[in-house]
Amino acid sequence: MTATSDYDSGVKSTRPVAQSDRIFGSLTLAAAVVVLLVLLGVFASLVLGAWPAFKEYGLSFLWTAKWNPVTDKFGALAPLYGTVVTSIIAMVIAVPVGLGIAIFLTETCPRVLRRPLGIAIELLAGIPSIIYGIWGLFVFAPFMQSYIQPFLIDTLGHVPVIGTLFAGPPYGIGMLTAGLILAMMILPFIASLARDIFQTVPPMLRESAYGMGMTRWEVNRHIVIPHVRTALVGGIMLSLGRALGETMAVTFVIGNAHRISGSILAPGTTISAAIANEFTEATTPIYTSSLIALGLVLFILTFIVLAAAQWMLKRMKQKSGA
Amino acid sequence: MFITRLTLTAAIAGATLASAAAVQAADISGAGATFPYPIYSAWAKTYKEKTGTGLNYQAIGSGGGIKQIESRTVTFGASDKPLGGDELEKNTLVQFPTVMGGIVPVVNVDGIKPGELVLDGETLAKIYEGKITKWNDPAIAKLNEGVKLPDAAIAVVHRSDGSGTTFNYTYYLASVDETWKNDIGVSTAVEWPVGLGAKGNQGVAANVDQTKNSIGYVEYAYALQNNMTYTDMINKAGKKVAPKAEAFAAAAANADWSSQPGFGVILANQPGDKTWPMTAATFILMHKDAKDGAASTEALKFFDWAYANGGDAAAKLDYIPMPENVVAQIKKEWGQIKGKDGNAVWSMNH
Repeated sequence: MTATSDYDSGVKSTRPVAQSDRIFGSLTLAAAVVVLLVLLGVFASLVLGAWPAFKEYGLSFLWTAKWNPVTDKFGALAPLYGTVVTSIIAMVIAVPVGLGIAIFLTETCPRVLRRPLGIAIELLAGIPSIIYGIWGLFVFAPFMQSYIQPFLIDTLGHVPVIGTLFAGPPYGIGMLTAGLILAMMILPFIASLARDIFQTVPPMLRESAYGMGMTRWEVNRHIVIPHVRTALVGGIMLSLGRALGETMAVTFVIGNAHRISGSILAPGTTISAAIANEFTEATTPIYTSSLIALGLVLFILTFIVLAAAQWMLKRMKQKSGA
Repeated sequence: MFITRLTLTAAIAGATLASAAAVQAADISGAGATFPYPIYSAWAKTYKEKTGTGLNYQAIGSGGGIKQIESRTVTFGASDKPLGGDELEKNTLVQFPTVMGGIVPVVNVDGIKPGELVLDGETLAKIYEGKITKWNDPAIAKLNEGVKLPDAAIAVVHRSDGSGTTFNYTYYLASVDETWKNDIGVSTAVEWPVGLGAKGNQGVAANVDQTKNSIGYVEYAYALQNNMTYTDMINKAGKKVAPKAEAFAAAAANADWSSQPGFGVILANQPGDKTWPMTAATFILMHKDAKDGAASTEALKFFDWAYANGGDAAAKLDYIPMPENVVAQIKKEWGQIKGKDGNAVWSMNH
């Protein structure tokens, strides 16, 4: 009854509708503006907080490897290096495996397996990062120390040039372990994104390719992947953004040492791990400011990565629209 | 065992994330050192049963405790690093010690049992400087004739957060090793030449436990509770001592508490045949001009109760209670804590 009368009044006079639409419109606008304000606010407070550090050390803060709370000398290079190295390790492993999963799910997977596998991947993405961290420290790190790392040191460690990457005593904890945990964490993300992207490939393209006698490998290599290349790179960049900022799991297994080592088995630290470890206990103002400056560096780094991802996704859409 | 460590490690993260402001009105709120956390939580449990007043203590590290009390988000801060007279003055803080305890090296080496290994200060410093890198190094072998030491690299574990335990530990290393004193220094956090960082005493305990051939340093109660392999030490007098309550007490025997503002005595490397070289007191910081006088009274009541009744619980965890004459001086100091009305929040007849 009420619904009918509302509808009637709407038909008779357009003014109330116009008004409610305006209110609705400004409410949604306000919601959107809040996000922008929060983003700007975060950026402004980061810049403000980081200002003393940049005033003290200048831009050389970015390439100084020192981190000494006793003498108050701080530089971002070691955590920056650790952030980039662990993310690279994670991407090198997670991208091919994630794409493999996605291709399997869209191309060769038997129909009965498709749903359970898809759900399993999404569940994997839902595990809180602290669980990965605890599992990493108590189960994965001892396993790495007893089996994987000694093996790597004895084999790859003796190969010229890349040998230095696998040098040093096996601690279990370190940049490689952190990178592997990160890979596990972003794997479901890449896999489900890639699966969704592959599903956008028009069936006609695939069927024509198969019709011409191409093998599965050839169809994926020459038809599917080239068709969605840009979106795929965009999706991978989104995952990279996640890997760059991941904190808890990394803190548990990276070793939290402000050092730059040639070996990926050595302990290191990342920007987010350093902040999580030290922020509440930073005793001097310049120490706190340096940590905030680290946060600003990460903010900008992540922003660049995400912006690049968005740009690529947009280009992809334009292309498919044209 | 495993579960305990798991919860401890989870607690590290929990303690960091939990906001100090989210405290129930009735509870006493404090934050800081992880070193006295085992004894504070033991006291708090009994105190709650007796009085109904709980203690919300967040073991976030001494640096965090100092920060939190300076920003007045808690009623008391806790630190193992005593603040100097100037700092106390500047922030209008009162400082007093609650208990003393020992810092012990813990190791995880196959076949070595608690107390089997002996180290001295210089060797410990060289290990943490990265100059001694193998367990079968002559310097360690010389101190441990007859002990089978593996030809394995030493995995050094240190604190990654600002820590009073680190302050006392580096203070000791600096007092026995010139290089440490000149190149690395003494602080709640230092630039470690080698090793892995872990958050809190719990984190170091968990990391040493999970990493073979590792060495770390924790407050003795953590070694005890987690059944860790602690080592004996050679003290200043050149005698071998085991980390036990009487060895910690021996270090405090000669301490002149009134010599420092806020009882800020550091007990590292004290003389005496039976003295444990890495002994430390842990301190409470409270504002003289309390924002919430009633909350400060509740906190002082708790510490008053702990001085009077907490000795047994302390002994069980090998902490050393403060001597009675020092407690009397401390209570006199409490008279400086005043509420908004300008009256002292503590009087002897409480």
